[in-house]
Amino acid sequence: MTTAPETSRRQKREAAASHGRTADRKNGSGKKRTNRAKSEARLGWLIAGPAFFIMLAVTAYPIAQAIYDSLFSFRLTSPDDRSFVFLQNYMTILSDTGVFWSALGVTVLVTVVTVAVELVLGFGLALVMHKALLRIRGALRTAILVPYGIITVVSAFAWYYMFDINSGFVNSWFGWVPGIDSDLDWFANFGTAITVIMASEIWKTTPFIALLLLAGLAQVPDELVEASKVDGASWRQQMTRVILPNMKAAIMVAVLFRALDAFRIFDNVFIMTNGAAGTEVLSLLAYRTSIGRLEIGLGSAVSVILFACVLLICVIAIKFFKVDLASGTDAKGGK
Amino acid sequence: MASNGKLTGKQRLGWTALTIVVMGYALFPVAAILATSFKTQADLGNASFLPSSLTWENYEMILFGDAQGLFLTAFRNSIGITLIATFIAVVLATLCAYAIARLNFPGKKIILGTALAVSIFPVISVVTPLFNLWRNIGLYDTWLGLIIPYLSLTLPISIWTLAAFFRQIPWDLEQAAQVDGATQWQAFRRAIVPLAMPGVFTTAIIAFFIAWNDFVYGISLTSTEAARPVPAALAFFTGSSQFEEPTGAISAAAIIVTIPVVVLVLLFQRQIVSGLTQGAVKG
Repeated sequence: MTTAPETSRRQKREAAASHGRTADRKNGSGKKRTNRAKSEARLGWLIAGPAFFIMLAVTAYPIAQAIYDSLFSFRLTSPDDRSFVFLQNYMTILSDTGVFWSALGVTVLVTVVTVAVELVLGFGLALVMHKALLRIRGALRTAILVPYGIITVVSAFAWYYMFDINSGFVNSWFGWVPGIDSDLDWFANFGTAITVIMASEIWKTTPFIALLLLAGLAQVPDELVEASKVDGASWRQQMTRVILPNMKAAIMVAVLFRALDAFRIFDNVFIMTNGAAGTEVLSLLAYRTSIGRLEIGLGSAVSVILFACVLLICVIAIKFFKVDLASGTDAKGGK
Repeated sequence: MASNGKLTGKQRLGWTALTIVVMGYALFPVAAILATSFKTQADLGNASFLPSSLTWENYEMILFGDAQGLFLTAFRNSIGITLIATFIAVVLATLCAYAIARLNFPGKKIILGTALAVSIFPVISVVTPLFNLWRNIGLYDTWLGLIIPYLSLTLPISIWTLAAFFRQIPWDLEQAAQVDGATQWQAFRRAIVPLAMPGVFTTAIIAFFIAWNDFVYGISLTSTEAARPVPAALAFFTGSSQFEEPTGAISAAAIIVTIPVVVLVLLFQRQIVSGLTQGAVKG
């Protein structure tokens, strides 16, 4: 199979670049190494660069534009009336009675409740999958990936139709529960509407948390659990003293990712209530101000505030809870 | 525990119950909308879970009837835009992740950090400037006008997932193959590509799910059937008359767009799970 020219090419290559370390040691000159490092850096940026610059172009540019736009009074309906108002838009939003603060409150409520419920449910699911026989495990994973993969809008419609006063069956199924009867319009009141919205959000995203926690569970050393069992630890002690502390990193990452995701909630609210009954959230407020009413300046200011909130959550998580998101970035195994 | 050997009767019962609970949790809402999609117009108001008689009329309406133009064009838009955005993202991310896993160069961490930052970015914060810009340069309501922003959704996760995959590939195999007489290209193709392909494929599935799920870009950057994807079309669906709720048609459409998801999940659950967890949790 191997022909003569190929062999000689291979030998040449072996002697040269691909065995850089040997070559460096042999030549021993610092200059060679620098050149090699330089060309490697150039090659690295050449092939990694396009992805990097596209990511920047589709996010950094628009957010910079949004910050700039937020300083102007600017409506698309009268584009000539554009004028610089500095922080006026922010003042309007923050001092406006209710609208912004209520949207922020609802967003925080949704974030806290859904993440808390998902953490508990997701941990339960992860435990079930972790302990299940291989045969069942595949079926369970397949089942919980369905909510993960389903379109959020589809999930929103599914939940909406279940509870809808006209086409839903929940009122007739749960008529025996005090407070539920055939006249209950779930989407007319804040409490009930936000419950259904959160149910849809929780149903769709718990699988993601469960899978992250499952990976975390798999990283807890079996010997530690066995040892604690030998020492007579109860199930509860095994959980709180051995398993949970050892998967703290996985839990933190899962919570942070989900919190950031929940804070941006949009689809479920848009489909189910479109912000009625006091269920407006920040993303929807931004959307309705800028795309809906074409008030670009004001809408951009809401967008910037939303962005700032997301950054703040990140900073808090990383500074105070020491979430190490970059734990995977260390290229130890690479080279 | 349960993993070694035979189960006692009690354990078997417990596991059966648990499996049913988990399956019920995961599939009940899908079953509910599936049942709704087979209800007749009159049946929709009867407040029961199951239809009293099965009908295909909702599917006929969106596939061959009045709503055909609305649904089928949106379905074609979704498939086209999502596949192109996924393909571009996976190609660029494969190159990027290869460089990160294989080469030593300054700025590696900056690239991974940027990917992370972009993935937590609120879509709604960038959609207004894009809306404005797209209208000025003629990308509003076009396929390309959605493909470009979709890259902001699909690229970061693809880079992370692939970088994690590529770090686990024993690259020394390439040199071993060369020592055994393969050319560099042969070594790459025979030893590395078979190891890397599953990762690339898994990443493509995950990226596809994410782009397929998009709603904010879809409703903000399109206005007609020219580019409107399915989730946005569903939200703006109207009944055949103003007195008729489009419940049946939306349910049928929702089921059709869920079929690709279910098929992918059934075929590739193992790969999807490893892809999802590898990118995010690496000890």
